[in-house]
Amino acid sequence: MCEEALLRVRNLDKRFGPGCPECKERTNRNLEKNYCSVCGTVYACQDVSFDLFPGEILGIVGESGSGKSTMMQCLYFDADVSSGEATLNDPELQDENMFQLSSQKKRYIRNHKYGMVYQNPVNGLKMNFSSMGNIAEKLISAGKRNVSEMETTGNQLLESVHIPLFRSKEEPRNFSGGMQQRVQIAKALSNNPPILFLDEVTTGLDLSVQANVLDLIKKIQRESGISMVVVSHDLAVIRMLADRTVVMLNGSIIEQGLTDQILEDPQHAYTQRLVYSLL
Amino acid sequence: MAMLEVTNFGKRFTIHHLGKTMQAIEQINFSLDAGEFIGIAGKSGSGKSTILKSIYRTYLPDKGSIVYDSKRYGLIDLAHATEREVLYLRKHEIGYVSQFLNVMPRTTSRQLIEKALLEMGETTAIAKIEAEKALNHFELDRELWDTYPNTFSGGEKLRLNIAMATVKQPRLLLLDEPTASLDQQSKVKVREIIEKLKTNGTTLIGIFHDIEFMNGLCDKVFDMRTRAIRSPKEGVIREG
Repeated sequence: MCEEALLRVRNLDKRFGPGCPECKERTNRNLEKNYCSVCGTVYACQDVSFDLFPGEILGIVGESGSGKSTMMQCLYFDADVSSGEATLNDPELQDENMFQLSSQKKRYIRNHKYGMVYQNPVNGLKMNFSSMGNIAEKLISAGKRNVSEMETTGNQLLESVHIPLFRSKEEPRNFSGGMQQRVQIAKALSNNPPILFLDEVTTGLDLSVQANVLDLIKKIQRESGISMVVVSHDLAVIRMLADRTVVMLNGSIIEQGLTDQILEDPQHAYTQRLVYSLL
Repeated sequence: MAMLEVTNFGKRFTIHHLGKTMQAIEQINFSLDAGEFIGIAGKSGSGKSTILKSIYRTYLPDKGSIVYDSKRYGLIDLAHATEREVLYLRKHEIGYVSQFLNVMPRTTSRQLIEKALLEMGETTAIAKIEAEKALNHFELDRELWDTYPNTFSGGEKLRLNIAMATVKQPRLLLLDEPTASLDQQSKVKVREIIEKLKTNGTTLIGIFHDIEFMNGLCDKVFDMRTRAIRSPKEGVIREG
């Protein structure tokens, strides 16, 4: 029985710099960490391939600088890839490499198929728009025009992320970090995306707020069956959320497996070091 | 027709920071028919849990095969099944109970059991009813239903743990020392639960600290020392 992946990423490469004869060929690249010592080119993502299946949460772990966020930016079209392929199992986009679409088409995908929650709410929210306005902005880009419908949706979303409705017209810059993060989640969910990207969403939040955000994510996943890619350097977050986990180091995927297997029987030296650091 | 057939199974751990490998188990062969209960006996460190964890794929098997007769997939080698297949089987067919309750924090007993049912695709209404049934069945105090299990006693945690695994009516249930650290009274309860599971036709593999407890329950015993199957009776005689 072969299950069809929702999102397929193949050989994603992201390079900063021109590259030189010493590092152009992936097979005999001689890198120091993730950069070429001859020309200084940084290989932020190297040959990253994975599948995201319907309804699952895929965890991405790795140390700072391992390429997790760059990969996320590439997938969300915030950054261009150097090479690689991403396909979405969707009748509208069947078999098209999304990285090579026009910017118009990319925007369409972002507005209709993707939701993104950034580590820093400043990237995902307009801080001087009201929370409701932020949600409306996303709804409008997804093609909604009926104001009262948008308001109803907005209220429902804010309620589901526990933002008191009397503050819905307030600007998120007045909110605490945890609240901003929850508004960001509400905004990301407003177009009903089949895929949600979460980039270090709980980093920097205190424990109880972190717990609220994690509970919320888990609840959304259970109730709506959205597929999620969760990037975190926090193994506890990954353990709690992810069914399967990918481990990145120096821009490459070094290991992937069931989350409990990665944590209890890590294969790669780096993953072992990472797991032994836990507790 | 065997429900589970373990052939030439071995597991080796590579420990990078020591630069060496450790052979945890090797040449494990046994098979299990539907509805049978096999106990695994052996000293601590002999690899009993390694076998269970490899079947559940918490450990990545590296040698041999573990062929399981799945309702959905037919015969499937768990040692080589895809992650998605394993996730499906864990959700629907194979349960695992250890002495530790490893659950989502800030989730009440009731929610935990409901969640197990919802994962299988039951409706909210049915999940609610079935969860209450299960909590009743395992005699968890009504007061505890809406509290978080981190404050539970060992026995309560274990009963919740078993309730979570059995509410899905798994075809194959792996029991990893579920009675360790339990008092006699709680053990009796676990025993009743296991007997009930057996009557319902669940296939079981279990590791128990308490040899007598195990011998009284299982149909056959896999002895880690001889790497062979024996009858539960033999064990008693030898240890006596």
